[in-house]
Amino acid sequence: MKLLRIFLFIIIVFNTSQAFSDENSDKLKNKISKNIRCLICQGQSIYDSQSDFAISMKLVIEKKLNQGFSENEIYEFLKNKYGQWIIYDPEFNKKTFILWILPILLFLLGGAIIYRKLNVQK
Amino acid sequence: MLANQIGQYSLILGLFFSILIIPVSIKNFNKNDQIIDSRIISISFLQFFLVLVSFCGLILSFINSDFSNQTVYNNSHTTKPLFYKISGTWGNHEGSLLLWLLVLTLFIFLFLIKSSKQPKKYRILTLIFQQIIIIGFFLFILITSNPFNYLFPVPNEGLGLNPILQDPALAIHPPILYLGYVGSSIILSSSLAATVQKYISKDWAKHIKIWILVSWIFLTLGIMLGSIWAYYELGWGGFWFWDPVENVSLMPWLCLTALLHCILVLEKKLLLTSWVIILSIATFTLSMSGTFLVRSGILNSIHTFANDPGRGIFILVFLFILIFISLVIFFSFHKKNHSKNIKIYWLSKESSILINNWFMMYFLSVILIGTVYPIFLEVLSSEKISVGPPFYNKLIIPFLIIFLIFMSVGPNLNWIKSEFKKIDNKNIIIFIISLVISFLIIIQSDSKSLINTILISSAFYLFFVTVKDFFSKKYKNYSQKISHLGFSLLILSILLNNFFSSEIITNLKVGEKFSFQENHITFESIENKESKNYKSIIGHFRIEDKKGSLIKLKPELRIYDYPFTITSEADIKTTIYSDKFLVMNLVKGNEYFNIRYQLKPFMIWIWISTLIIVIGGIFSLFNKTYEK
Amino acid sequence: MKNKIFLISLLLFFSFCFVVLFKGLNNSNVYVPKKTTEKTLVNFVAKDFFTEKEIYFDEIFIDSEFYILNIWSSWCLPCRKEHPKLMQLSKNKSLKLIGLNYRDNKKNAKKFINKFGNPYSSILSDRDGTIAIEWGAYGVPETTIIDRNKKILKKFIGPLDDKSIKEINLIIK
Repeated sequence: MKLLRIFLFIIIVFNTSQAFSDENSDKLKNKISKNIRCLICQGQSIYDSQSDFAISMKLVIEKKLNQGFSENEIYEFLKNKYGQWIIYDPEFNKKTFILWILPILLFLLGGAIIYRKLNVQK
Repeated sequence: MLANQIGQYSLILGLFFSILIIPVSIKNFNKNDQIIDSRIISISFLQFFLVLVSFCGLILSFINSDFSNQTVYNNSHTTKPLFYKISGTWGNHEGSLLLWLLVLTLFIFLFLIKSSKQPKKYRILTLIFQQIIIIGFFLFILITSNPFNYLFPVPNEGLGLNPILQDPALAIHPPILYLGYVGSSIILSSSLAATVQKYISKDWAKHIKIWILVSWIFLTLGIMLGSIWAYYELGWGGFWFWDPVENVSLMPWLCLTALLHCILVLEKKLLLTSWVIILSIATFTLSMSGTFLVRSGILNSIHTFANDPGRGIFILVFLFILIFISLVIFFSFHKKNHSKNIKIYWLSKESSILINNWFMMYFLSVILIGTVYPIFLEVLSSEKISVGPPFYNKLIIPFLIIFLIFMSVGPNLNWIKSEFKKIDNKNIIIFIISLVISFLIIIQSDSKSLINTILISSAFYLFFVTVKDFFSKKYKNYSQKISHLGFSLLILSILLNNFFSSEIITNLKVGEKFSFQENHITFESIENKESKNYKSIIGHFRIEDKKGSLIKLKPELRIYDYPFTITSEADIKTTIYSDKFLVMNLVKGNEYFNIRYQLKPFMIWIWISTLIIVIGGIFSLFNKTYEK
Repeated sequence: MKNKIFLISLLLFFSFCFVVLFKGLNNSNVYVPKKTTEKTLVNFVAKDFFTEKEIYFDEIFIDSEFYILNIWSSWCLPCRKEHPKLMQLSKNKSLKLIGLNYRDNKKNAKKFINKFGNPYSSILSDRDGTIAIEWGAYGVPETTIIDRNKKILKKFIGPLDDKSIKEINLIIK
């Protein structure tokens, strides 16, 4: 039980701490670039790719950041043009909640199976 | 040419013998003695030998640049250096399948000769199950992926191999990886056979452990080589991208590691029998699914070449036949021993192994779901999404922390029952030291966050605990200590590397210089060079680092002729503390070059720690039983 | 009994996976966005190729029924192949061709136009490729056909072939 509480604490901290970690705009640009797929490459982010598409995209991101777009606004902008496929981080929505929840469910299922096998009495 | 003909006919003859061995084995199976027909062993050797001859025939065709062979034509070129002509044999679809077949036939032969003390019927059944897989692959190769297709008229020159694949690490990566990947086939076959024969027992566990270890060792090495290749060759400075091809090799590894831990339990007492069978089936099934996912073209990006759908369908059907057979056998033949409902004490080594498996299966499910979910979503709703590193990081890291903590406690518990002692003073001291070090480190790094602090504290804690255990005289089990030490060092190196890597991207002309983190980099000159099958533009850079020492880095741009590609070769200076990584790219229509300079601390420790993990496994091979 | 149910449900589950993967195999083709997620072209600002003056989105899309936006470069070989087709299209009065010169050197681009002809009523300059991204393009060559309300009717990724020309002709009727 105590372990469960520690565990939940970790998960909450993890997700909230993400919000406070990027102050530097260069770092933000890199963070965004790592999350965008290079659409003409085979499985590279635009951060890693040197293709025309990637280079132009990095410039667009820089421009948008300078114009005051937030990280999420940039993702929305790109999703409108290219579809969800261009973003590496799958959102949590109706279509993807199974993706996020299923591993956790399996984990809990595994825990239940193990609990039944254990003898918890001294 | 002759090599081609020999290759082709050996393969067909091999198929003939692979089918012939079945009636011979069945006849021997039905005889009620314990003597295996020596003809069976001879035929299995013959089968392996014929595949070997075929494989050598293909290698010869590559060496001779025999372009009457379609595979050689598609993947080779007369100007390729000899070493890469040879490694080009398995660097393509058809050749790599022949390598699969080679390992499959080799392993069953080795199994037969090394299992002479095992019950005959079990050995024969293992053979039969393995033969099903082997025949499947023979048919797959001969029908859809024949490496000996004839081309007429014979072209003068080949289409060349992708230059990115002309690298020493990548040359040996497939054979090593396959020994692990494909080697797990024997685990599947033997566990199915043992299930049918009701031979899942301590003796069986002792016997199969060696095969699990061998497969695991090669798989670990194979994955490591793939990452090393990606780091040194692909020019991005990363070594793991959660790319489908990488995920597909990691999944069987997780299964195999979990299985290895379970077999240690089964060796001592009759526990976890069902789970061991399931894991054995799952490992090779994952290997085959992996092959399906990356060769069938189902995982796609915008500019892939069309893959033959026929091949994909064949593997898919084959894979599911295997799954169905395994399921039916498991449910029909495996009877759990319900009378002795042994419960495992919560604080014991057995329970730690259960918890280890629990987490391994969780990580496996994250990777599996992340990799195949886009396929399912697209088929069911026509929507295309990407699942990339952010997904894997978010789901894995919190659980990794807890896993690390468990790992510092679990391995030291006793079998059956451990007393809940009051917490050792030493452990408290280690805990505090870990926290302090982590705090100091995080302050210095760019990734300041609470979660990172907790993560790296757990990694340090585990590391210190494994070091302490290494020097403690209490337990004699060196292989476990070495591998666990290696693992904790691996996690620590990856984290530290992640937190402290830095880079700068800038455009430079010859003669210009820039500074980064007290490193002064001067772009001295450009050199043009011609090599056997490419022209190169080499940039000479002089780097003066913090301590004042000078190094020279020479990243290269290579322009290959066939096929016309431009690749960028990074130059990396590796030292025990850190790697300096420099890669250069053209900027269109300019005399400027785009330079990416990275500082990557502790890089070499990632490889060293993986090797330590493997060494632990090798130690175990020479150790008769775990903890005598 | 419980075992049998378990076995059957597992077999059903795997059969389902098999069917999905089987279908997935047949689906795997080059990714072309079937539904263009963006229905209308957004506002953008670009420099005119010849005059180097800034042109606004609205200034271009006037006085024609249909517009063809074509992304091209002098260094792009397939662009050369599709060029005659563009020249042919430019003869059509109801169409206005607008070119976007992508990541190109002005001298080379001018040479290209002088040598092969200019089918465009106006050419925009996209030195760094960012306008192409605003258009939601993947690379070069790429052609999009738009109506006078700036609604995107069809997108062609890669060089135009006879089939695409037929489609364009159907659309503009």
